[in-house]
Amino acid sequence: MSSRLINEYLREDKLPHIWCPGCSHGITMRAIVKAIDNLNIEKNNICIVSGIGCSSRAPGYMDFNTLHTTHGRALAFATGIKMANPKLKVIVITGDGDCAAIGGNHLIHAARRNIDITTIVFNNNIYGMTGGQYSPTTPQGERGTTAPFGNIDKNFNLCNLVKAAGATYTGRSTAYHVNMITKLVEEGIKNKGFSFIETLSICPTYYGRKNKKGNVVDMMNYLKNNSINVKAAEKLSDEQLKDKIIVGELYKTQEPEYTEEYKKIIESFQKER
Amino acid sequence: MMSNHIKLMQGNEACVEGAIAAGMRFFAGYPITPSTEIAEISAQRLPRVGGKFIQMEDEIGSMAAVIGASLTGLKAMTATSGPGFSLKQENIGYAAIAEVPCVIINVQRGGPSTGLPTSPAQGDIMQAKWGTHGDHPVIALSPSSVRETFDLTIKAFNYAEKYRVPVIMLMDEVIGHMREKVEIPNREDLEVIDRKKPTSGLVDYKPYRIEDGELVPPMAEYGGEYRFHVTGLVHDETGFPSNTPKVAESLIKRLIKKIDDNKKDIFLYEEYKLEDAEIALISFGSTARSAKSAVDMARAEGIKVGLFRPITIWPFLDTEIEQLAKKVNKIITVEMNLGQYAIEVERKACKYAHVDKYGKLNGELITPDEILKKIKEV
Repeated sequence: MSSRLINEYLREDKLPHIWCPGCSHGITMRAIVKAIDNLNIEKNNICIVSGIGCSSRAPGYMDFNTLHTTHGRALAFATGIKMANPKLKVIVITGDGDCAAIGGNHLIHAARRNIDITTIVFNNNIYGMTGGQYSPTTPQGERGTTAPFGNIDKNFNLCNLVKAAGATYTGRSTAYHVNMITKLVEEGIKNKGFSFIETLSICPTYYGRKNKKGNVVDMMNYLKNNSINVKAAEKLSDEQLKDKIIVGELYKTQEPEYTEEYKKIIESFQKER
Repeated sequence: MMSNHIKLMQGNEACVEGAIAAGMRFFAGYPITPSTEIAEISAQRLPRVGGKFIQMEDEIGSMAAVIGASLTGLKAMTATSGPGFSLKQENIGYAAIAEVPCVIINVQRGGPSTGLPTSPAQGDIMQAKWGTHGDHPVIALSPSSVRETFDLTIKAFNYAEKYRVPVIMLMDEVIGHMREKVEIPNREDLEVIDRKKPTSGLVDYKPYRIEDGELVPPMAEYGGEYRFHVTGLVHDETGFPSNTPKVAESLIKRLIKKIDDNKKDIFLYEEYKLEDAEIALISFGSTARSAKSAVDMARAEGIKVGLFRPITIWPFLDTEIEQLAKKVNKIITVEMNLGQYAIEVERKACKYAHVDKYGKLNGELITPDEILKKIKEV
């Protein structure tokens, strides 16, 4: 199964990837490719855009139209691509620093427009590429090289943020819940509007080591044991949900999509003639 | 479609009309004085020709969206002024290394920082060349009338498409907001250049492969026949990153060479009464209009002065300035800054002629009288 996915969707000559041993980004990348395979979308009709960071290296390995942009700007580049050719399925792969810190403005505005882009965040709670600095999703109290005494910044709940900004689909999964990533990405791509999928990833090299999270298996077990499905979470109090990772399809609605609305403006002039 | 007709229009309006005539079908921008009319008119005009307009959340995003749209096959432009031009610099560098054609209009205003938002300036000469980090190619043009703004915007797109580079239009507040009579040429009389596309049916397509004797790779688009990867990292002909010193050096050198070797095609300038001139003024943009009047005033008093007006600001008109310096005794650069273009002129001309400069940056235009006074001084 895997080898077929590799043959068909990955650029084998670009492998092995640059990710550290134990990093779960590869698992997430495979889950995305599986979603595309399940949806049977023509490869030339997909454009994958990323910013800068560990996660943003994924598109280089994926055999689609791919664009590795500047730090934080993937969604702005993707907006230009989607506007220019709305037939393209545009997918953004980004990280927690890339999309929530330097690219935070583009994130909320892409969500606000409800432009048909599926954004997948590989959230490893740290800046990995630059060596382990705290990010907007590093939990309070945890350490990074730039938070040697513990992080005092409050961390973002990304799914709540983009929902409030206007996204029409949000979901969360983890590197442990691989099939769920695939399912959420499929639904996200199918949604005609801005879709946002947060996938928790593990970074044993920096985040794990800095915060004494044990080995790779321990970190995976943490994702497994501390996750709770959104359905089950509904029955629990905020106190019981403290420190839990709520996974599953979190929000889904329908709103007019940006490029469709713009198309109506163009068509109104064509009718005039 | 477009008939030969005469219109009274603003420089900013002429810029949009020129862009649409050149084939612009995507504009992303952010409101900023004194370039805002370019966004407003693009918003009005583009959907009527099947094009797209988007007001992005910031200047950085506008530049990014323009690059994304260009990679997807549309001719794309953005417009801004001082502070916004600074914000766009990182992505202008991206367009340079990834070779994405695009046009950036900078209607210059007084700086630094928020500076003088509603006053003209020509203080972004050096930023246009060196604003983004690293060695990189850039083309910058500067119009000095409304009609020329129309023509040069078309040229800007043509150069962008032909050489796969970001092209910067250095307008200024006066040119942007001034209204003049413009005779719009017939569409069939305009030269419009489109990017060269790769041949169809290639088995082993490489997005940055250069044909023998060429310097610019043909360009495919997202959603077309070929799948390809684009990055801001140093890359080889496959488009994928490489850390090899040889690859890095040959890429950056080719990027520079594709402009350097084509200077003849890119060099644009105007000479006014230089045949017998002993003193040459060098001035561009709105300032060149005052300089032209000053030439006439000086000539009326028997002083042999002429004007050399660079239209292409970058690449620097090195050979032309050198030739000019050999012909005259004295050169006076006139610009609305403290001598940014003068630095380049001095470098090339000092061996042959005395170079003096006149600059002003208080938000007021340089008047012909002031220039005449300076001529008499030297």
